Amino acid sequence: MAKLTYSYFPGCTLKTKGKDLDKYGRLAAQALDFELEELADWQCCGAVYPMAKDEIATRLSSVRALASAKAQSRELVTLCSACHHVIKRVNLDVQNDDEICQKVNRYLKLDTPYAGETNVLHYLEVLRDRVGFDNLKAKVVRPLTGMKIGAYYGCLLLRPGKEMGFDNPENPTIIEDFIRAIGAEPVIYARRNECCGGYCTLENKAYAQKQVDAIMDNAKAQGAEMLVTACPLCMYNLKNNAADGLEVKYFTELLAEALGVKENAE
Amino acid sequence: MIDFVKRISGVNPRKCMKCGKCTASCPAFDEMEYHPHQFVDMVENGRIDELMNSKGIYTCLSCFACVERCPRNVEPAKVIEAVRTAVIRKQDGNHLKPDAIPALLDEELPQQAITSAFRKYRK
Ligand code: SF4
Ligand code: SF4
Repeated sequence: MAKLTYSYFPGCTLKTKGKDLDKYGRLAAQALDFELEELADWQCCGAVYPMAKDEIATRLSSVRALASAKAQSRELVTLCSACHHVIKRVNLDVQNDDEICQKVNRYLKLDTPYAGETNVLHYLEVLRDRVGFDNLKAKVVRPLTGMKIGAYYGCLLLRPGKEMGFDNPENPTIIEDFIRAIGAEPVIYARRNECCGGYCTLENKAYAQKQVDAIMDNAKAQGAEMLVTACPLCMYNLKNNAADGLEVKYFTELLAEALGVKENAE
Repeated sequence: MIDFVKRISGVNPRKCMKCGKCTASCPAFDEMEYHPHQFVDMVENGRIDELMNSKGIYTCLSCFACVERCPRNVEPAKVIEAVRTAVIRKQDGNHLKPDAIPALLDEELPQQAITSAFRKYRK
């Protein structure tokens, strides 16, 4: 079978503070035999989805990325939760809102108009829906046996559920299935889809600390020894705003470890 | 202003049946003087000025719990965003001034946080 190639949108944070999320994701993709080809000309997605319907400029970078993937006839893969949230929802706007669709096309003056044709996949969806967790499991050479890991979903991958279509927003299983596939034991805890405090940490640390402490207390009480996330801002809040927190890792780091390729990182 | 908020949010506050589920789901509850269901109600009743002066517009986390759990698909987060947008689009309406930012940064803070705050707090 031909090797699957995806267009890849890393986003700003994965080029800087979130490098590990990207680095291990790429290594693991090689080991799993799919290709992430970084888009040549991507620009920052803006990090927050513009909910106001009259905002066009803030939607353009997403549409540019989506249109480039379409030009290559590829699905577009994201890894950062925030980029995924923004690009996926802007794509739906272009599909469903005529006014937004017309305006972005008028601004971008693309060779062929873009109408939302590109399919957007988060890396975890590639693992579940393209690679398959059973195939992933078969490729694991260093299973993380005995580790009790809590999935931290946060908000952006799951909600709004009918737009993100990622998993059941109230009772997700994708990261738990991932944890099982790499040989560890998932720990379910109620606050795994509660907000970490997001950008409000900037103005109001105490507020983010309260959010994170409740998440950590809950995960610890259920027996988790570590949390995994796909979001650099969740990572920051979980690591820096917890009074007595668990270790937190990007899911791609554990994936690369289980596939035996982690040491290949320079 | 009420039409502006309805138009850019796309929300019809009349759909709300005042069940309060949005507010019960909201992690920002303690940080807002008007809670999500009140936002919807106050927009319906034209009380936009009070909302524009409330700190809740900056403490909503955009976590979309209210959107997810509303049984009538009202999407309260979009109303809050629309009111905040109305404020920051005014002249001198920026909530975060550029020279205030360096003091808020630390070594590990990801770009995502800074970009988000810029998008949420200023035009
Ligand atoms: S989006 Fe805002 S208002 Fe809605 S539940 Fe989250 S913090 Fe509360
Ligand atoms: S959950 Fe929906 S219907 Fe219920 S009070 Fe909130 S906005 Fe209104």
